[in-house]
Parts: sequence; structure tokens; C-alpha cells
Amino acid sequence: MLSRTADNLYWIARYMERADIAARLLEVGSRITLLPSAHGYRSEWDSLLQSSGTADGFARKYGNPVQRNLESWLFFDRDNPSSVASCITAARENGRIVRTALTSQVWDALNTAFQELRQLERTPRSELELSRLTDWVMRHTAMVRGAIDATLLRNDGYNFLNIGYYLERGDNTARLLDVKYYVLLPSLEFVGSGLDNYQWTTLLRAMGAQRAFHWAYGGDVTAAKIAHFLILNPQNPRALITCVAGMTNHLGRLAKAYGRTTTAQSKAAIMLSELETTSTDAIFDEGLHEFLTRFIGESIELGTLMHECYLSGDVR
Amino acid sequence: MRLIVDHVTRYSYDQPVRGVVQSHRLTPTVFEGQTVVDWQVTVTDGCPGGVFRDGAGDRVQAWSVAGPVSEIVVHVKGVVETRDLTGVLRGHREIVRPEVYLRETTPTWADAALIELSSAADDASGPLDAAHRLSGAVADAIAYAPGTTEAHTTAAEALAQGKGVCQDHAHALIAMARHRGIPARYVSGYLFADAEGQPHEAAHAWAELWIVGLGWVGFDPANRCCPDERYIRLGSGLDALDAAPIRGIARGPGSETMNVRVVVAPEATQGQTQQ
Amino acid sequence: MADYFNEMYHSGAVRTPYARLEDWMKTMPAEFRQMKQAEAEALFRRIGITFAVYGEGGDPDRLIPFDMFPRVFTGAEWARLERGIKQRARALNAFLVDVYGRGEIVKAGRIPANLVYQNEAYEKAVVGFVPPKGVYSHIVGIDLVRTGPDDFFVLEDNCRTPSGVSYMLENREIMMRMFPELFRANRIQPVDSYSDRLRRTLASVAPAKCKGDPCIVILTPGHFNSAYYEHSFLADLMGVELVEGQDLFVEGEYVWMRTTEGPKRVDVIYRRIDDAFIDPLCFRPDSMLGVPGLMDVYRSGGVSICSAPGAGVADDKAVYTYVPEMVRFYLGEEPILQNVPTWQCAKADDLKYVLERLPELVVKEVHGSGGYGMLVGPKSTREQIEAFRAKIEKDPDNYIAQPTLALSTTPTFVAEGIAPRHVDLRPYCLVGEQIDLVPGGLTRVALTEGSLVVNSSQGGGVKDTWVLAE
Repeated sequence: MLSRTADNLYWIARYMERADIAARLLEVGSRITLLPSAHGYRSEWDSLLQSSGTADGFARKYGNPVQRNLESWLFFDRDNPSSVASCITAARENGRIVRTALTSQVWDALNTAFQELRQLERTPRSELELSRLTDWVMRHTAMVRGAIDATLLRNDGYNFLNIGYYLERGDNTARLLDVKYYVLLPSLEFVGSGLDNYQWTTLLRAMGAQRAFHWAYGGDVTAAKIAHFLILNPQNPRALITCVAGMTNHLGRLAKAYGRTTTAQSKAAIMLSELETTSTDAIFDEGLHEFLTRFIGESIELGTLMHECYLSGDVR
Repeated sequence: MRLIVDHVTRYSYDQPVRGVVQSHRLTPTVFEGQTVVDWQVTVTDGCPGGVFRDGAGDRVQAWSVAGPVSEIVVHVKGVVETRDLTGVLRGHREIVRPEVYLRETTPTWADAALIELSSAADDASGPLDAAHRLSGAVADAIAYAPGTTEAHTTAAEALAQGKGVCQDHAHALIAMARHRGIPARYVSGYLFADAEGQPHEAAHAWAELWIVGLGWVGFDPANRCCPDERYIRLGSGLDALDAAPIRGIARGPGSETMNVRVVVAPEATQGQTQQ
Repeated sequence: MADYFNEMYHSGAVRTPYARLEDWMKTMPAEFRQMKQAEAEALFRRIGITFAVYGEGGDPDRLIPFDMFPRVFTGAEWARLERGIKQRARALNAFLVDVYGRGEIVKAGRIPANLVYQNEAYEKAVVGFVPPKGVYSHIVGIDLVRTGPDDFFVLEDNCRTPSGVSYMLENREIMMRMFPELFRANRIQPVDSYSDRLRRTLASVAPAKCKGDPCIVILTPGHFNSAYYEHSFLADLMGVELVEGQDLFVEGEYVWMRTTEGPKRVDVIYRRIDDAFIDPLCFRPDSMLGVPGLMDVYRSGGVSICSAPGAGVADDKAVYTYVPEMVRFYLGEEPILQNVPTWQCAKADDLKYVLERLPELVVKEVHGSGGYGMLVGPKSTREQIEAFRAKIEKDPDNYIAQPTLALSTTPTFVAEGIAPRHVDLRPYCLVGEQIDLVPGGLTRVALTEGSLVVNSSQGGGVKDTWVLAE
């Protein structure tokens, strides 16, 4: 497959996943404002912006986090490369470039999302409820994902799409977790004390995993359970281990199809084996923040290796 | 005359480059005026590509360097036996029609001043005389002054400032000839200038004009003469870019600096160097 | 409309090819028609077949209007057209091989030397190089107009990269989907083998150095190009990669494609990029669209380029005049298809004639295309004519003139119902080891009443074109 085609497919997946995440942030952020909070919702919003890596950009353009501005920033703003509008537009453009590598169903799903986005952009904001917007995003990202799973040939392109999805998702889970842990706790003594339950619950909500969590664990919410759920539980579709296992699987399929392995496979295999053999205790011993920082770094490194080994066009 | 050529072009990159591709016209033309005794072109880390003789009779050799590299050196070395044919390109095989060389290009566009200057040939006794008059007019109007023009300078600009180098002289002569309906082209090559001669470029350029009855005849306004046994002809084109001995491109974010050294000398004597 | 040949109704009767369409047309309720029209538009938009007009701005996803009323030829009519088109495509290629070689036609005085050798489109870089199988123009689009039952004229030849073939194929798909009963009632020759035939044609001109199954690619200027849809559509139908210049590179004696598994050698490039942009080392040094070093690989036989660089000299509007002469010179035959009489303003006598008769004539720029920069005398105001006169007088060499042709009409769905509108035809002739033509083409229709300009950039639409089986 052309390197440029693979690169576009990989980025379609990353952008669609990113759009989904932006919508989840919006939803959880607006929910915070409806509830009483000891910290005030400003810091909550700030932490969410930080997890998406766009806090500085927001501060430069809008200053204080006012609800309406936050909605604009995370949904409509083209100056924010991670906004829903930016991501869907970019994913659709990537799709247009590689039309021949997509089925008409996948293209249809991408194109419909884009066409509807343009309608939303023309609609007066007063007529748009936030819940409608976030539902809209999650519906369309799911439709694209569904069209990919249901109709796409299981060739190398399919693997590049999936690697894009898993890489983006794992990275975002780690960032959300890290932001909550690092930013929201007034001091380290509170860790494990039960005082931060409310914030952990918010985090689960952002992952759309609050109910799943209770089904899986029951009882009180503890930091250890949450860390296990979001990092080590392979049943959780957003857990780091699930994402790394997904990448390992699709990289393995690429290696088999191409008859050669690359440093990307080795890297993913090392990451997976570490997650499979570690425990929440070990993670807390290392320090959750340190662990997450390391994971994010390795995730970035894997992205770089994907570029070098498959996508850059300088493959030998 | 037996001439030795030693020509080194060094490309340096401040950041490593990949996928370098070059197209060379660096082999002496096959015609009665010169015979190759020995000739060799090397490119550091280079992979030779296709080679062919084009419609104008020039031997073109492609090269590529996969990289990444920070420097590429093109080294031309050889010995050529030359004869004075008073500028006539005799015994040269080519199939491009002379009419093709009536086409205008940006550097050879004749502005009002060049048209005015071309009237020097108005009362010429015949086409050959006309060509000589045009060549002389260029030499009178554009003084040899290195460093006053650059690669993209047009004939019109060089004439306006009255200064230039061999490239500008050739462009001006070509522009005037074409304006008068005489097919004309740019020729690149080497020149050995002896001790008494002026220190003109060893990597040299001149023009050829199509004279009915004689065929292509070289004129070197820079030296007020026709190419003789001191000249080695490499290739031709509509203008300097089209006739360039080396055209190349490199992929990379950095910038390129080029350094050229050419020595042309009679066998077994001291040569002259141009940095 | 009495002056114009109506392809459906002639001398008070329905012509044979349209016989079975009359009922269909007359019994179709207006609401049904509107529903079908909306359905067609939705289908076109869904597949993404849109058209962007250069330099006009506006919606880049604009659709070319599709008219559901088909344009029909009998098998016999087509057989004659086919012979004429193939004859012309052969002559054009023979001309190209000749003028880049010995130039016999010029030496014989059958075409002026300056028209060929000083032509902008004449590429000095390929003189002396004979492309595989001696083919320069692998896809020849010949624009035809009709003025009577047996009167066809060639308006212009397109030897470089004629576009629009995706419309020929999609129009047929959509018609078959919407009106299957029409296809049961009429025996319509299929066109869907075009992509296979194109692939075979391209494969047949692979360079001698290529052993085994040639790797074919389509080279596009990129997804911002107005014809990008067509490029990706053809790549998809042929099962070949759609590449941009940045996806290819030259190393050693070959051209390679950058893939996820490493470099893959490319043997045949169907390029949809102009000569000037395909190789910055040979042509425009500022081109970012091309592949540096491509021309050296091509000229040393490492890759085939379709159409061959330099093919444009054959479809120049001034050279056009001499195509019938080419047919006689190279094939020793009389041309089956006629040229439109053409006056060249570069010639003093012709210029005088043209300036005297501007209100009756169509005047075009020699190098223009897309219906821009032209004057349709009978449809222009006095001011427009005078403004154009000034342009011609300033630069006569740049213009040619032709009589205003009485373009035939076919029934077309318009707001008020059904009305005759003027049409032309572009068939796509494939030239490789063999010469091949699918029975059909792109019919363009001038949707504005009375208009003779069918270009899609000037409000033209398209129709499905049927050739009936004998």
C-alpha cells in the first residue's frame, strides 16, 4: 500500500477518535458546572483542557473558562486543532484523498458527518443544545467506526486504521487519568483517602464507563480499583492494556502480511508485556503520575516508529 | 591540442538530504572538433541512472543518491584532443530541427534595447557576416565583469547594466539572433585561456547560430572569437538552464551551498584554476 | 429551431434510434420525473462526482447537471463514427512519431515548419525518442458535433489527458439503476468495459525493460484538482494506485513508488499532469507536482508515460487544420470525419475575412480551452464583438475562427417539460498495441435555451449516450 494512503487512513482514525474525546470532555465538563464542587468548576475545566493539550491555546484566545467559550473551543473552533469541527473536517479530507481505499459505506459515514457539521455551523448557537451536539458527535464517530468494522477489507489499510484508533485512545486515557491525578489533588496526602471520589467519578463519566465500572467492581470507588479499571482491565475498551493489545494485534497482522517485523512491533510487544505483568500496587509504588508519564512517552515513541517504519515513505 | 579537465562541484547541506537526483550533460560532444581520450564522471554515494543521447546529440546521464548525506561531490576528469574548426560544428549528429531554436525563453527575450542593438547586422553582407556583427555588438555593449549578474539575470537586464559574464553574453547574442530569424542556442563547455589571454571562466558558455550552408557555428562574444581548439563543447539548449551541465534537486529542509573548481590545461603544462 | 437538426424528430417523424423513447417520454408524469431527477442528483452527490471550475471559486462540490434524456445512435451510425475516430487517432499518433523523428510531413511541405517546431507544445526534450509501440497519445478524446443525419464534424482533438470519461461511466450506471425498463426495451451496447480496456491499453505500452505484469499508476496533481474524482474513480476501477508526485521517486534507472513495504517499481504512469509540471529537472524547475528525474528515466526506457510528453503538439488548434492532411499523408486514406472549416488569423487573407464577418463566426484562442476566451458571433452584442475585434487585431496569431455550426439538438428535460437543446459528443479512443473504442462517449448539452456552449464550466450538462446493438 502507498505510504501516503496508509498515513491518511491512520490519521482518519486518530482524528475521529479525537473528535469523540473532545465531545466526551464537553459533556463531562458541562456536567461539572451543574453540581456543587469544593474546588469550583474552573479548575475542573482547566484540568480537562489540559488533558486535551489545548489549555494554552484556549487561554490565549479566550482567557477565563466561561462555559460558552469552552463549548466554542472544544466543538467549533478551527483554531483548536483538536476541536470536533477541526477533527471531523481533517478526517473527511483525509478520507477524500484515499477514497479508493475506503468502501462507499465508510466514505458515506465520513462525508455525512462533515456535511451535517457544516449545517450545524450555520445553525444559530442559541438553537443548539450541548447535549445534542455531544450526542451527535458520538453517533457519527460510532457510525464511521461501525462502517469500518462492517465493510472494510481486512487488508493492511484496516490494520493502519485500527492502530490509529488504539494509539489515540490509549494516549487519551492516559492523559485524562494523569490530569485528574496530578492537577486535581490539592496535596499528595489525599491519595487513597476517599476525598477525591467525586473527581474520580467524573473521570469515569468522561470515559463513558461509570456503569461498566460498577458492574465490574461493585462496592466503594477506590483509587486502586479505578487505576486497575483504566489501566489493566482488558474488559474495559478504553483501558491502556486494551489499546496496547489492539495495537499489538494489528501490528502482528501487518508483520505477517508483509513478511517482516519492524521496531514498531517490538516496541508494542514490550509495552504489552509490561502491562500484562504489572499490578496496581506496583504502579502506585512507582507513582501513578510517573507511570502515566512514561506510558505517554512510550506511546509517542510508538507513533514515531509507525511513521518511520510504515508511513513516511522512506521505508526501505 | 590535448586538454586536461579537472572539474569538481561540491554540494554541501547544513542538514542531511535524501533522494538527490541529478541530470548531467557532462560528456564532451561527439564531433570532428574534439575526440575524447579519457573521460570519467563520479558522484559520491551516487547510483548511476539511465543514460542516452538526446535529440540535440548530447549525452545525458542521470544519477541518484539515496542519502541521507551532507555532501555530494561531482568530479569530472578527463583528456580531450581538440581541433580548430573555426567554430563550425562539423560531423555532429542531431535531429532537433534548427527552427526549434527560434523559440523565445525568459532569459533570451529580446526587449527594445536588444532589438535596437541587433540592427548592427542590418547592412551585413550575408548570414555569416551578420552573425559576426551581432557577436561583436554584444561584446561592445556588455563588458566582462564577474559578480555583477546572477543565474537568473536576463539578456535584457545584462544589456541594461552593460556588464555581465559569458552567460549574459550568450543570452544576449541568442536573443538578438532569434529576433532576426536566425536559430540560436546556448552552449556550455570548458575553455582553456592561455597565459596571454584574458582570465575568462574555465567553465564557459557561448552561443551557436544556424548559418544556412554551414550549419551550427559557435560564437563567443565574451572572447570576441569563434570556438577553436581551446574549447571543449559539452551540450546545448534554448538557454542556460536548458543547457546546464548539471541539473539537480535534493529533498530536505536545510539549505545548500555549492562550490565549483575547474582546471583546464594543456597536457603536461601548468593549468589555471578558478574557484 | 428549424435550422437545427433534431436527432429525435426529423422531417415530421421520430427517427429510428429514438422510436422506443417517445412513449417513455410522453407517458412520464411530471412528479415522477422530478422525483427521478432528485434521485439522480442524490446519487451523484453520494458517490461524490463533483466538478470544480478553475478560478471561479464557489462550491467546490458542485455537481454537473445530469439530464436523464439519453442521446441515442444506431449501430450503423456508430460504425461509421468509430471508423472515423480510429482513423483520426491513428493519424494523430503517426504525426507525433514523425515530427519527433524525421519530420517527413514538414519536409513534404504538407504542414508549415513553424507551426510544428515553434509550437509551445513541441517538446525538444523528446525529439528522437520513440515511445513504446510508437504511441504518444494513448487516450484520444475527439470532440464531435453533428449538423445533419450524416454530417459530423470534428471540433477539436484532445491528445493529452482528455477528462470526462468518469461521467460517461457514471451516467450509464445511474441510468441503469433508475430506468432498468429502458435497458430491457432497448438493446444498448455496454460501456463498462472501458476501465479494463484502458488498463490493457496502458499495460500494452509498458517499457521493454519491464518483465512480467507491469505496475501501472495514475499520477494526479492532488485532491485539490477539479478532476480528482475522476482520477480516483479510474484508479479504483482499474485496481491501480492513485499517486501524487511525492509518492514517486527516481533511483538508479527506474521510478519507484513509496509503499509501506518499501519501494515498489513503477512501469507505466498514466499522468493527469501537464508536461510542464511532470519533472522539475527537465521542465519547470519550480514544479512541486512532478517527479524529479522522471524524464531521464523515461528517455532511457525505464518507464512509460501516458500520454507521452510532447503529445500536445498534435491537438493544438492551429495544427488541427492539418489533421485531414495527416490522414491522407500517413494512412493514404480520405478522412471519414470532416474538420470544421477554420480560418487562421495568423494568415493575412484569413484575418481579413474573419474581421469582416465577426458577427457570424465563432472565434477561439489557439491555446484556449474550456470555452473560455471565445466569441460566439451570433450570440454576442455589438460591444462584445467590437471588444473582441480589438483583441484579435492586437494579436492575430493567437486566434482561429470557424463558422457558427448548427449543432444538432436532442430532447432534454427542462423546467417547462421537454425541449430540444444543443449537444456535442466526446468519445474516448484508446491507443496501445491495438486501437480500441467503447461504443459510447460523453454527450454534453447546452442547457440554456439557444446556447451553443456545452462546456460544463459554462452551464453545460451531461447525458447518457447510447449506441444501439444492430
